[in-house]
Amino acid sequence: MILQALAFYLFAFVAVASGVMVIASRNPVHSVLFLILAFFNGAGLFVLMGAEFLAMILVLVYVGAVAVLFLFVVMMLDINYVEMRKGFLQYLPVGGLIGLILLVELTFVAGAWVAAPAAVASIPIAPPEQVHNTRALGNVIYTDYIYLFQAAGLVLLVAMVGAIVLTLRQREGVRRQSIARQIGRKRGDSIELKDVPRGSGV
Amino acid sequence: MISLDLTSALPEVFLACAAMVLLMLGVFRRAGSTRLVLVLTVVVLAVALLLIVFSPDDRALAFNGLFVTDNFTAYMKVLVLLGAALTIGMSLGYIEREQMDRFEFPVLMLFATLGMLAMVSANDLISLYLGLELQSLSLYVITAFRRDSVRSSEAGLKYFVLGALSSGMLLYGSSMVYGFAGSTNFEALAEVLAADLAFGRAPSLGLIVGLVFLLAGLAFKVSAVPFHMWTPDVYEGAPTPVTAFLASAPKVAAMALIVRVMVGPFGDLFEQWQQIVVVISIGSMVLGAFAAINQTNIKRLMAYSSIGHMGYVLVGLAAGTEAGVLGIVVYLAIYLIMNIGTFACILCMSQEGRMVERIEDLKGLGKSNPLMALALTILMFSMAGIPPLAGFFGKYFVFLAAIKAGLYALAVIGVLASVVGAFYYVRIVKLMYFEEPAEVLDRPIGAVLRLMITGTSLAMVLFLLVAGPVVGGAGAAAAALFAG
Repeated sequence: MILQALAFYLFAFVAVASGVMVIASRNPVHSVLFLILAFFNGAGLFVLMGAEFLAMILVLVYVGAVAVLFLFVVMMLDINYVEMRKGFLQYLPVGGLIGLILLVELTFVAGAWVAAPAAVASIPIAPPEQVHNTRALGNVIYTDYIYLFQAAGLVLLVAMVGAIVLTLRQREGVRRQSIARQIGRKRGDSIELKDVPRGSGV
Repeated sequence: MISLDLTSALPEVFLACAAMVLLMLGVFRRAGSTRLVLVLTVVVLAVALLLIVFSPDDRALAFNGLFVTDNFTAYMKVLVLLGAALTIGMSLGYIEREQMDRFEFPVLMLFATLGMLAMVSANDLISLYLGLELQSLSLYVITAFRRDSVRSSEAGLKYFVLGALSSGMLLYGSSMVYGFAGSTNFEALAEVLAADLAFGRAPSLGLIVGLVFLLAGLAFKVSAVPFHMWTPDVYEGAPTPVTAFLASAPKVAAMALIVRVMVGPFGDLFEQWQQIVVVISIGSMVLGAFAAINQTNIKRLMAYSSIGHMGYVLVGLAAGTEAGVLGIVVYLAIYLIMNIGTFACILCMSQEGRMVERIEDLKGLGKSNPLMALALTILMFSMAGIPPLAGFFGKYFVFLAAIKAGLYALAVIGVLASVVGAFYYVRIVKLMYFEEPAEVLDRPIGAVLRLMITGTSLAMVLFLLVAGPVVGGAGAAAAALFAG
C-alpha cells in the first residue's frame, strides 16, 4: 500500500511540475518535451487506477503521435516567443483580477454543489475487478454509445472534407508520383551499357 | 435495457450511407460529376422523405434511448427534407454559372441535412450536441464555399467563430445540467424534475443556470435576438443558394430541437424558461421589424425577416401549450415554403448574366416580368401576414395560442411588430410596380426556378385547400410531444 501511495505522489508531483514547466520554459522545444513528460506521468497514474488500456493509449497516441506532431510544428514555425510575451506585465493586473474572481466563484460553486445521487449511479462502466479494461471500453463505445461514436465519426469526416474543399488547389506543373510509370520502367530506359576499350577512356 | 433497434433510424442510416457513397462517386469520377451528384442528392433526400412518410407513427426509441421517433419528429423531418431537397435542387444553375460547381457542395449539404435529422430525433444532450455539430460544421464550410471571394470567406469565418462560441455555451449548459440532475437523457431529466416538483423542492439553481446556457446556445442557432449578430453578415456573404439553405431547413431543425428540449425534459421548469422565451421573442419580433426597414441588400433584408419570423415562432413556445406547439409547427411549415419561394426569386435576379442583390434592382419588374412580379408580390404579402394568404394562418395560430395562455401583451406586441414588418415587404411590391427601372432583370429564368416560384406562390394562395392535412398533421405532432 505504501509503495502505491509513494508511486502516486511521485507521478502526481512530476506531472504537475512538468505541467508548470510547459508554460514556464522559454524554449518552446523544451515545453513540448515537458509535455511529453507530463503525458508519461499521466499514464503512470492511469496504471495505478487499474486503467492499463488508457495508459497504453496515452503513451502510444499522445506521446507517439500528438507530441511528435507538436514538436514538428514548433520547430517548423519560427515564432518569436519573447516578442509575444511583451505585453505580459501590462495585462497582468486585469488578468490576475479576473482569474481571482473566477477562483472565488468556483469555490462558491464547489461549496454549494451536491452531486446528484443519480449521477453516480448512472455511470455506465462496470468496476475494473469484474470486466477488464478493453472489454469495458468496447462495451461503452461500440454497444451502448454506438450512435454517438458513429455520429462523431461523421463530424470528423465532414471536418476533413471541409478542410480539403476550402484549401486544396490544383496547381499546374507539379511533378506527381506515378506508380504505374515507376513500375513500368525498364532497365534499358535509364541505364546504358558502354563497352569501354581498355586503356582509352570513355 | 432497450435493444439496439435500427429500424426507426432507417432514414438516417440510409442518408449517412448514401452521403458517403456520393462522396466516393464524386472523388472517383472527378471533374464534371457535380450535376450527377447533385441530382442524386435530391433523389436520396426524396427517398429518405418517403421512408419517413411510410414509417410507423408510434413513439419508438433506438440506440439505447439516445434517439427518438414519434409524430413530432416525423413531421419536422418531412419539413427539413423538403426544404433541403428544394434548396439543393434550385442551387444547380447558380453553382454552374458562378464556377463553384464542385461535387462536395451537394454532399456537404447532405451531411448538414443528416445532422438536422439527428437534431430533430435527439433524445439525449449528447446526441443533441453531435447532431448540431454535424449540421453546423457542414454549414460553415458551404458558407465559405466560394473561397476566392472575400465576402464568402469572411462570412464563413464569422459564422464559424460565433458558432463555436455558441456551441461552447451549449456544452457548458449541458455539463451543468448533467452535474446537477445526474443524467443527460431527456426522459431521466424529466423524471428528476418531476420528482423535485412532487416533493415540493425548488429545482436546484445549478440546473437553472445550465438551462439558461443551453437555451442561449440554441437561440444562437435560430438567430433569436440577443444572439442574432451573425445573421445579416453571414446571409449577405454566403452564396445565394447557401443563404436559401441556411434560412430554411436549419431553422426548422433548430426550432424543433428547442421545442423538444423545453417541452420534454424541462417541461416542469416552464416558469423559468418562459420568461427567457418571452424576452427573446419580443426582441426578435421588434428588431426583425425595425432593422429591416433601412436595408438595401435583399439578402440582408431576408436575414432580418427570418429573425422576425423566428420571434413569431417563439411566441408559440412562450405559450407552452399544445396549441402553441401546433402553431409553431404550422408556422414553420409555411415559413419554409414561403422562404424557398422568395429565395427562388432572388436567385433569378441577374442583369446581363451577373447576379445582383440590391432591392433597387427589382424596380420595374412588374413590366419586364409580370408573372414573376406577381409571384413575388404574393410571397411578400404572405410574409407580411395578409389574409387569406398562408402567412396569415401561421401568425393566427401562434397568436391564438398566446392569447389562450393569457400572454396578451406578447400577442399585442407581435401584431404591432408584424404591422411594422408589413412596411418593408410592401415596399418591395411598390418598387416592382410603381418605379422605373435603371436596368431590367434578365429573362428567361431557368425551368427549375420557374417551377419553384410557381409552386410556392400557388401554395401561398391555395393554403386554405390544403390547410386540413397540414394543421391536422401538426396537431398530431404537437400531441405526440405532450403525450409523455
